[in-house]
Amino acid sequence: MVKFNSVFDIIGPVMVGPSSSHTAGAVKIGNAARHLFGEKPNKAVIHLYGSFAKTYKGHGTDLALIAGILGFDTDDKRIPNALKEAEKAGLQFTFIEENTATEHPNTVRINLSVDDDSLELVGVSIGGGKVEIVELNGFNLHLSGNHPAILIMHNDRFGAIASVTEILAKHEVNIGRMEVNRKDVGKEALMTIELDQNIDSDIESELRNARHIVRIAKVIN
Amino acid sequence: MFRTVAELVAQAEENNISLAEVMIRQEMDVYDLAREAIIERMDQNLTVMEQAVKDGLAGVQSHSGLTGGDAVLIQNYMKNHEPLSGSLVLDAVSKAVATNEVNAAMGIVCATPTAGSAGCVPGALFAVKERLNPSREEMINFLFTAGAFGFVVANNAFISGAAGGCQAEVGSAAAMAAAAVVEMAKGTPQQSAEAFAITLKNMLGLVCDPVAGLVEVPCVKRNAAGASNAIVSADMALAGVQSKIPCDEVIGAMYRIGKQMPSALRETAEGGLAATPTGKALAAKLFNQNS
Repeated sequence: MVKFNSVFDIIGPVMVGPSSSHTAGAVKIGNAARHLFGEKPNKAVIHLYGSFAKTYKGHGTDLALIAGILGFDTDDKRIPNALKEAEKAGLQFTFIEENTATEHPNTVRINLSVDDDSLELVGVSIGGGKVEIVELNGFNLHLSGNHPAILIMHNDRFGAIASVTEILAKHEVNIGRMEVNRKDVGKEALMTIELDQNIDSDIESELRNARHIVRIAKVIN
Repeated sequence: MFRTVAELVAQAEENNISLAEVMIRQEMDVYDLAREAIIERMDQNLTVMEQAVKDGLAGVQSHSGLTGGDAVLIQNYMKNHEPLSGSLVLDAVSKAVATNEVNAAMGIVCATPTAGSAGCVPGALFAVKERLNPSREEMINFLFTAGAFGFVVANNAFISGAAGGCQAEVGSAAAMAAAAVVEMAKGTPQQSAEAFAITLKNMLGLVCDPVAGLVEVPCVKRNAAGASNAIVSADMALAGVQSKIPCDEVIGAMYRIGKQMPSALRETAEGGLAATPTGKALAAKLFNQNS
């Protein structure tokens, strides 16, 4: 399977050093977590695995993950001071070094929360600053990475899926691939939808307001 | 979409275009972007690389104190001596070191293909620039050619030290640089592939063993080795030397070697130089300071 699609995955990203996988990749995973959470977290619990767990201090992986969660980009000069920035932003954080073996050596599990609302994802930094989100709230993700996608957390109720597909159909957005999973009957569920085109913010907010939809995030390729 | 170096070279030969042009057209096709947008973005990356070299040659120091200042030493030596390895090679070395010293100091670099190996491509490019006097467009094309080869490696093997050792990082970066040097020197697409294969063969087995887990020792000097290796291999390929093992098979060998490499030698700071008495003492000293 082709994991790298762009020449700019190879010549790039432009980033604050010292490591594309342990610094820039970590910023991107943190950023993805923040983006998927969709609001400002006040607490982050971060589990580090493999090489991430062994070398995070040396690579500034902790700074990078926090920077990403604060919404910074890979070339933001505030990354070296991210822990202080977190304090300013009122973000509490904990790092936990795990010994469990994972499939990829650079793996991190991030739990973001504010009040009762929380989100957990597992991200993998596969090299050169390229990352993959492999798990969201306990659901395995199977994104090809070749197309824009939307992730929709919803309640497992009749009509939830139809409400989403109706909106996409109305806007003439074609679905290339779709996957629906749930924790249990009537419980938390996830729709993963790969599209042939990016959707604009109007469609996104329309989807967000559809029935039984809890949270939605775009994954732009 | 090309998936192998053989396909990349074939596309260039069949259409009578450069390797850089194959990469540009593929990028336009995959992302449905205008040529200008792609060139502009690469131009920005080139500017970042130029600035990093400039900053490094002015002298930087990492927070740990383990690296910094060597690029300046090398440039000063070149002002007063005729380097034994030749001024172009040593110029490439100093510019590769400059880039990675900036990276280690948490400065801004362009990952090529990674940050830890970010010095090889610009080191070779900015040294060869002094000899070949390329246009801005040719320098941008250098990066597309390097990127095309890196693209094949990333999709068929790996480019991170944690996954495949330093051979996957600096090995790939050096080989990418060699291929691009050949194209800039008006070699053929096949000669670029030979230069890539020769360079990577000589980097096979290189482990990732950073002292204290920092991208400093030995990473900065490995980029010096990568940049010089790239230029020597490019010259060999331009001379007509061919790799007995085809480029794609060398990439396959790199992949298998990386898979066989124990975790201690893949960026965990548990083996190799990191596990030497001095390596361990440095790590202990640094972490006591930090905690």
